[in-house]
Amino acid sequence: MGDLAIRIDGLSKRYEIGAIQRRHDTLRDHIVHGFQSLVSRRTQASAGPTEFWALKNITLDVKRGEVLGLIGKNGAGKSTLLKVLSRITVPTTGRAEVYGRLGSLLEVGTGFSPELTGRENIYLNGAIMGMRSAEIDRKFDEIVDFSGIGPFIDTPVKRYSSGMYVRLAFAVAAHLEPEILIIDEVLAVGDAAFQKKCLGKMGDVAKEGRTILFVSHNMAAIQNLCTTGIVLANGDVVFSGSAIDASEHYLSSVSTRRSGLVDLANHPGRTKDSTPVVQSIGLLSNDRHSPYGESVKPGEDLVFEIAYDTGDAVLDNAVLGIHSPLGDRVFTVGARYSSDFRFRMSGRGTLTCRVRGVALAPGEYSVMVAMGSRIQRIDYDTVEDALSFRVETGDFFGTGESLLPGQGHFAVRSEWSMVPVSESVDTLAEA
Amino acid sequence: MSSASGMPGYAASSAPTVVIEPSRGFMDLDLMSLYRSWELVYFLAWRDVKVRYKQTAIGIVWAVLQPLATMLIFTLLFSRLSGMPSDGLPYPIFSFAALLPWTFFSQAISRSGSSLVNNAALVTKVYFPRLAIPVAAVLAPIVDFVVTFAILLVMMAYYRISPGWPLLTLPLFLLMSAVTALAVSLWLSALCVRYRDVAVVIPFLLQVWQFLSPIAYPASVVPERWRLLYSLNPIAGVIEGFRWALLGTAMPDLRLLAVSGAAVVVLLVGGVIYFRQTELTFADVV
Repeated sequence: MGDLAIRIDGLSKRYEIGAIQRRHDTLRDHIVHGFQSLVSRRTQASAGPTEFWALKNITLDVKRGEVLGLIGKNGAGKSTLLKVLSRITVPTTGRAEVYGRLGSLLEVGTGFSPELTGRENIYLNGAIMGMRSAEIDRKFDEIVDFSGIGPFIDTPVKRYSSGMYVRLAFAVAAHLEPEILIIDEVLAVGDAAFQKKCLGKMGDVAKEGRTILFVSHNMAAIQNLCTTGIVLANGDVVFSGSAIDASEHYLSSVSTRRSGLVDLANHPGRTKDSTPVVQSIGLLSNDRHSPYGESVKPGEDLVFEIAYDTGDAVLDNAVLGIHSPLGDRVFTVGARYSSDFRFRMSGRGTLTCRVRGVALAPGEYSVMVAMGSRIQRIDYDTVEDALSFRVETGDFFGTGESLLPGQGHFAVRSEWSMVPVSESVDTLAEA
Repeated sequence: MSSASGMPGYAASSAPTVVIEPSRGFMDLDLMSLYRSWELVYFLAWRDVKVRYKQTAIGIVWAVLQPLATMLIFTLLFSRLSGMPSDGLPYPIFSFAALLPWTFFSQAISRSGSSLVNNAALVTKVYFPRLAIPVAAVLAPIVDFVVTFAILLVMMAYYRISPGWPLLTLPLFLLMSAVTALAVSLWLSALCVRYRDVAVVIPFLLQVWQFLSPIAYPASVVPERWRLLYSLNPIAGVIEGFRWALLGTAMPDLRLLAVSGAAVVVLLVGGVIYFRQTELTFADVV
């Protein structure tokens, strides 16, 4: 067992939904409920709490030095698993063994006290995470240096910007030097430079042979940082393998491909406070035989057709956002960015948007559509992931060569020239 | 980056560092983990002290003001208006010597009772021995106690009261009030996680408790046949002890003190067991 970092055996965790809903129980509630159950046992039985299994019989071994990516939708059980492993909550059944000091970055900065200064919070937060003060003394300069807080170290952290706050918190956590590090979506914060620093630090930790459990919705980060990956769904491990295979398994399971003409009534991607306006969206085909298409070749125009019904509202803007397979926005087009758009949409109608001259690299893309008004709210109706389409491998360059995955989002034509200064004899001879 | 020199050599042992299981044995109290994290207790208590008086105009003076004001009101109400006996001592110092441990005790209870709830963000995000939170909350008001104690010394000089050898026993009585506060806090803080009623009840509880303790009056006014029942309140013993140690009143009855002590021990052991049993679900319930 010498090379094991974590051994999880049949771990399950049950929450009682009823209990969660009325968790701020008062004594009165208990007395009333007790009384009710005395009076009529039947109603009590039927109104019993509903169970929810956040984790179902998870069995998993994590080897020392493994960088494991935990992938899954919200509510799949990732956070519960991490909470059980970091001893914040207990499992309902099963058992886990942890070999070595475990540090978690479940939510950086939770131990921070806003009134205290950066210096004071380093000591407090360090102590909360299990560092001895002698250890903090030793690493203090390194922590301050890493955070880049510098002269603000003796300022109360409530005066910090949110970026500074997170940087300091991550700096403390990163210097905990645990054998097993648990990281949950910390990289969503901070500016790009600091994120890079954090990833670098994680890479260092991994190189030192320590074990990392990493949760992220950013598949690019999972693929870059992790060696292995598991996919969780509804509390079960549904896939286990290399990080790349796991993230691809996850992506293919979540992308419910909607292509051609998509009816947007009851679309799951509609954001919470949207008023449904966009009725449908379709990608017009370049093929005469069918009106709507699922794919284009690089360099072909993208023509979207948006049917709307604004009701009584008067809207004057529409936006399309194109997302890459890994979820980042590749580009945005908006009616207002077009110089000849002078329409006001009220009632029912159709918008057509032709995106010219964009040569996307081959792959799967998804489209976010939003309609709104500049005066009121720009995001009157927003539907994420409304439509997806594929860019096929085409002979864009006219050379028979095409872009490989990972070579960027766009196929871009380029012209090259060469000015020889001195040529080798061999080349001359060949010519 | 420096190497992980501060940590135990895990590679040598094949036994797991931590075993995570649904529940633990009834008597598995693991007080060692609390002992190992005394630095955390210290930092939490230190945070409580710092944060309490940050951005206040008069800072730590508040710690003194409250018992002083209470002393003035008591003197006016009980001594001047109703002629309450005070064991032959000037009434102000008689009541102040009692307000000293009482203020510490009531501060400790009211701070630690809701301490787990106030630190919910911590409890649901990081693991550490949960006992550290109420223990720190009980220790924090000791700073206020020390400051108030200085005022008492000034008053003793003013009234020309010089304590004898019983002064040496004072730490024992302070310890007793801290342990009592901790015992009560363990129950209240753990209960408060589930029943927020506790937070509402605490001020009322303290008010009643104050009248059941010999602060405004001497314990000697309690009829003899009620004394045994009365001494179940450990704070009564603590206050009598303070007056004896500082002001030279009659020595507390040792048998009654033993009853107080036994009450504290029962309360504390029960509190620790209850706390350890319920702490497993704190993060789910809070």
